[in-house]
Amino acid sequence: MPEVLKAPLAVEFPFTRSLGPVQSAFLTGLRERVVLGVRTGDGRTLVPPVEYDPVTAEEIRDLVEVAPTGTVTTWAWNHAPRRDQPLDTPFAWALVRLDGADTALLHALDAPGPHAVHTGMRVRVRWAEERTGAITDIACFEPYDGDPAQPTGADREFEDPITGIVAPARLDYTYSPGRAQSAYINALAEHRNVGERCPSCHKVYVPPRGACPTCGVATSEQVEVGPHGTVTTFCIVNIKAKNLDIEVPYVYAHIALDGAGLALHGRIGGIPYDQVRMGLRVEPVWTEGARYPDHYRPTGEPDADYDTYRELL
Amino acid sequence: MNREIAVVAFAQTDHRRTSEEFSEVEMLMPVLHEVLAQTGLKTADIGFTCSGSSDYLAGRAFSFTLALDGVGAWPPISESHVEMDGAWALYEAWTKLLTGDADTALVYSYGKSSPGPLRDVLTRQLDPYYVAPLWPDSVALAALQAQALIDAGDTDEPALAAVAARSRTDATANSHAQLRGSVAHGDYVVRPLRTGDCPPIGDGAAAVVLAAGERARELCDRPAWIRGVDHRIEAHSLGVRDLTDSPSTRLAAERAGAFERPVDTAELHAPFTSQEVVLRKALGLDDGVRVNPSGGALAANPVMAAGLIRIGEAAARIQRGESDRALAHATSGPCLQQNLVAVLEGDPR
Ligand SMILES: [Zn+2]
Repeated sequence: MPEVLKAPLAVEFPFTRSLGPVQSAFLTGLRERVVLGVRTGDGRTLVPPVEYDPVTAEEIRDLVEVAPTGTVTTWAWNHAPRRDQPLDTPFAWALVRLDGADTALLHALDAPGPHAVHTGMRVRVRWAEERTGAITDIACFEPYDGDPAQPTGADREFEDPITGIVAPARLDYTYSPGRAQSAYINALAEHRNVGERCPSCHKVYVPPRGACPTCGVATSEQVEVGPHGTVTTFCIVNIKAKNLDIEVPYVYAHIALDGAGLALHGRIGGIPYDQVRMGLRVEPVWTEGARYPDHYRPTGEPDADYDTYRELL
Repeated sequence: MNREIAVVAFAQTDHRRTSEEFSEVEMLMPVLHEVLAQTGLKTADIGFTCSGSSDYLAGRAFSFTLALDGVGAWPPISESHVEMDGAWALYEAWTKLLTGDADTALVYSYGKSSPGPLRDVLTRQLDPYYVAPLWPDSVALAALQAQALIDAGDTDEPALAAVAARSRTDATANSHAQLRGSVAHGDYVVRPLRTGDCPPIGDGAAAVVLAAGERARELCDRPAWIRGVDHRIEAHSLGVRDLTDSPSTRLAAERAGAFERPVDTAELHAPFTSQEVVLRKALGLDDGVRVNPSGGALAANPVMAAGLIRIGEAAARIQRGESDRALAHATSGPCLQQNLVAVLEGDPR
């Protein structure tokens, strides 16, 4: 089997989330060094607070302040912190029931080692230096030897409450397109277009994905197609894409390569955008060192007869 | 509910650390062909198709639509997808067959975890306001549950190691398993869980065919009749829950009829050794029940397929005549957040 291609792929997105009244109060409170919980109908205090009782689904809005001190209800020692976790030195993950609360909050606990952590130990909030109204306004918990801290008695209505958070997320992958698409991309680097023929319906797929979507069987017989092809349909792009240095307007087209059972996409160049037409005969243009065609340009052949590509539209 | 529905065929891939030479559909297709070949059915004969997967594993949007290429969707088929383990796809297919709208169903699921950092990827299913910004990884959350069990006196580290050893020893009889035989219990990953307490990370796929009534008897010598399926969920916040128990599993089992008569086999989807302790307790399984003879998720845990595989393994055991009444369990989310229980039976012998 020829070498399968691999490439790094980062998926990154800043998720912008709006907050309901309870989450807004809680996260704004953290910004002001105040921890708020919410009281349920049966008198329990939930921290972190939610808008609906997890047992009865009743709407709950009764905010109460709890102390920034509490007790570890369970923990786990994380000797190798991972990217974006609260501390970059070894720490304990802990569920902490704050004084005045009936439920526990998950966060990091800064401690010298697992010997210094146990269920039932007393801890307190270490506030982040800079606070924006996010769960990370609690930098972590730290061991604490004293009595329950008194709540601040702060008003539960804060000035300038935050109404949303932006939660950036990034995941890093090593993408591999698999056997069929690797073969296609490797052939492109040699300026060849290679598809795969379905053993059942004999259609030639370009690019091949290793399966015939109609018959549901594996494709493996490689078939060279093109290099010439026919524009089956097209559109004129008038808006410049970010980070793309192609002047608008330009034409983006479906191109049926000779011998292919369906059309692929490509940009049409070498002809004014308003002269591109269905049936135009084109060929790929490779730029120096590129692994794929930069665009397709007219071959100068007479236009293809409609009946030769009508099935490929 | 007067229709009898059975699992009549099951197939799975060999589960491996990586399948980078194959795209998702290339990995899945042999399993689809195998499960159809077992029944002699063609795609066009299948009344309903349902799949389970998650785009986050491989970092590809709408990847299930490409996987559908392996089914052969012409002429057009009746198809659905859940962004969940395939066990939940099976639940949807089962209800579809119960309605009488279809007599047969193809259920498949797959997971390609190798391209991404699975422990980090799974953080993205957590509460996005209070938990996900801290990036607590899947092992860390399982470790919190394990420590809670140890503190409660429900288990200890040697007992967890014994769960791991039993699972991987059983897996020597399972040619598809990723971790088999003697596996070092290893160092702590997140204390108190060691490498041996954690599932292997791997790629894999599975498929099941369901059929109703007489159709099932035509397609299979000893169908594994589904007597009931139910799924339940815990409160979202981990700090609200008693992590040493799984009331959602117990309720799902009760509603699926698991407690009406004893089962002889239980395929439990417990990716971490500590989770088997929780599930055994929640389900009241005693030592007379054969737990995870396949090796379970500690031997192979292709995310999004491992739950469907539990149902498939339980059904295959009934079909082989090694079980008469089996319980299959699937889970999803951190610390057994969501749980599905199916009860399967063979015809009396
Ligand atoms: Zn075909």
